Amino acid sequence: MKTIHALAAGALLAAAVGQANAAEIEVLHWWTSGGEAKAANLLKEKLEAKGHTWKDFAVAGGAGDSAMTVLKSRAISGNPPAVAQIKGPLIKEWGDMGFLGNIDKAAEADGWDDFLPQEIVAADKVDGHYAAVPVNIHRINWIWANPEVLEDSGVDHVPQTWDEFFDAADKIREAGYIPLAHGGQPWQDATVFEVVMMGIGGGDFYRKAFVDLDPEALTSDTMIKSLKTFKKLRGTMDENIAGRDWNIATSMVINGKAAMQIMGDWAKGEFTAAGMTPGEDYECVAPPMTESMFSYNTDSLAMFDVDDEGKQQAQLDLASIVLSKDFQVQFNQAKGSIPVRLDVSLDDFDACAKASREAFDVAMDEGGLVPSLAHGMAVSDSQQGAVFDVITNFFNDPDMKAETASERLVSAVRAAE
Amino acid sequence: MPSNVSAPASGERRHRRSLAGHIERVLPRLVVAPSLGVALFFVYGYMLWTFLLSLTNSRMLPQYDFVGFAQYARLFANERWHVAATNLVVFGGLFIVSCLVIGLLLAIFLDQRIRQEGALRTIYLYPMALSLIVTGVVWRWLLNPGLGIQAMVRGWGFEDFTFNWLVDSDMAIYTLVIAAVWQASGFVMALFLAGLRSIDDSLFQAAALDGASLPRIYTRIVLPSLRPVVFSSVMILAHIAIKSFDLVMALTGGGPGYATDLPATFMYAHTFTRGQIGLGSASAIMMLCGVLAILVPYLYSELRGQRHG
Repeated sequence: MKTIHALAAGALLAAAVGQANAAEIEVLHWWTSGGEAKAANLLKEKLEAKGHTWKDFAVAGGAGDSAMTVLKSRAISGNPPAVAQIKGPLIKEWGDMGFLGNIDKAAEADGWDDFLPQEIVAADKVDGHYAAVPVNIHRINWIWANPEVLEDSGVDHVPQTWDEFFDAADKIREAGYIPLAHGGQPWQDATVFEVVMMGIGGGDFYRKAFVDLDPEALTSDTMIKSLKTFKKLRGTMDENIAGRDWNIATSMVINGKAAMQIMGDWAKGEFTAAGMTPGEDYECVAPPMTESMFSYNTDSLAMFDVDDEGKQQAQLDLASIVLSKDFQVQFNQAKGSIPVRLDVSLDDFDACAKASREAFDVAMDEGGLVPSLAHGMAVSDSQQGAVFDVITNFFNDPDMKAETASERLVSAVRAAE
Repeated sequence: MPSNVSAPASGERRHRRSLAGHIERVLPRLVVAPSLGVALFFVYGYMLWTFLLSLTNSRMLPQYDFVGFAQYARLFANERWHVAATNLVVFGGLFIVSCLVIGLLLAIFLDQRIRQEGALRTIYLYPMALSLIVTGVVWRWLLNPGLGIQAMVRGWGFEDFTFNWLVDSDMAIYTLVIAAVWQASGFVMALFLAGLRSIDDSLFQAAALDGASLPRIYTRIVLPSLRPVVFSSVMILAHIAIKSFDLVMALTGGGPGYATDLPATFMYAHTFTRGQIGLGSASAIMMLCGVLAILVPYLYSELRGQRHG
């Protein structure tokens, strides 16, 4: 009897000691599709190897829209998860409302400032302190092309200017293919538009128009020209784009129905799943005039303010796992993005990822590194929504003039402030 | 009640009877009270809360800096809100009228004592058993010009046939009407059929004896006596129309552009995904006002009519 008591006491003690520096943390994320889920699972395993427990809180759908809705309701009810996937300016909004914690300890211990690009981590800081840890960098401005279709249409390379693009599109159309695969959803329309605009306007113009939302830039000739080019692209797509998901559009390129698609580098996952090799079976090339530009979309894990010391420790551990070299390599290979750490070698990555890193370095030097508006990296939710409304309406309304659209951009953005 | 109980006891039996009577009077109220309380809190309480929020400049989370009716001013300056409100009028009007007409015609035809009526009735009624999401997805495929009806007719050799309403921002709102009518008209038919069956055959015979023609019998005798059915149908259809959210999401996703946005989808987008709770609440309150503006006069006239006659 005595031994049982002693054992029980010992077990209790052990449990108590265990709890002092290990804890269960709930992680809200939307990494739910094939490659992403694998990547999230990797993180879970590494966290649990440190003795913590990962309580999975995956909310699928809508590029995080649903996850954000759930997060808000949890926050209102006073019970937010310890860690949540939040992006761009939203991190600062949550921080300003006092929800986020501080992980400077992990940043100092691992020397984050030495290997993270400052432009990108600025979004992860609230009042100069790290409140979130960046995970990866996606490049938005890519054309995914099917070389067989191009060759069959007599187009020898992926077009590098918009004039060239429209000439090529005519040839591709004549050969019986769809020049540009696209899905008619507001965020996809905005993705294509921002790629067109950054090519025509360059980095400084993009920042003025889509980060500062400067009325002068929004009504400038450059903007009108971008809008007109964007609208002209409608003619290079097929009739059935309405509501099509991005991956269906990608599969049109894979199956050789369409020649090209403008989409971020997560599209690579679809090609990989189809057993295709970059550079051979498909090509990734910068869209016209954006070769030295890099429109980025970064996933971050934001750390909520928690009282429990064990949970704080788990947050710090999670952050340092996320930025560890081997995790950066494994995670980003699974997700199609490139490591956010600049000192990680990309030797084991595919050709597209290597090209992405090169473009990133060039863009950083030449001022072509810009946050993607279409992917929530540039402006607040409400302003992003206002821009989406105008862009998608302009794209789908055959009668709307570019001038009208640019004026509406100004008024819609002002109304959403 | 206290006077009853404390009255000079004139016997155990009387006391007990008054207690029983008391319970009998109070029990129904007790039983109803929780659900009444729940309804008051969750329906009217939240309406009030939404109204309060619509007066604030709440963004991502509710906050209480009151700004008066500024959100309503912003709402009415919003291009997309105008599209959504116009769409609701077009969609709701066409949907209700089409369902009533088709439902009534189907019911009259089925009421002619035809063979296999049970089977036919089931066939027409079944769409109502589907969720609007399923309806939306099925019609999205059917109406997709590259997959559905257009592709099929072109495949038959009519190369010039076009039916691309789904991708045409001016016509897309009518695709919602088509899908919703397909779903709900069978149900309206069932309601009308029940109404028709409740009309006494002797009325028909008497009218026929008096030499009334069949159309005249229907317009002068049958339709007026179906008035309560029309009333219930309009109530049910109106609420389907106003709460239509899933159908839009599945069929058009609000597109092309935001051409098929309805107030419900507008409200959801602004409140929950765009961090504009104040504006979203204002739009929710405007939806409520719209419903009240239509339903209250209708309810009033119908119920008053019933009391009188």
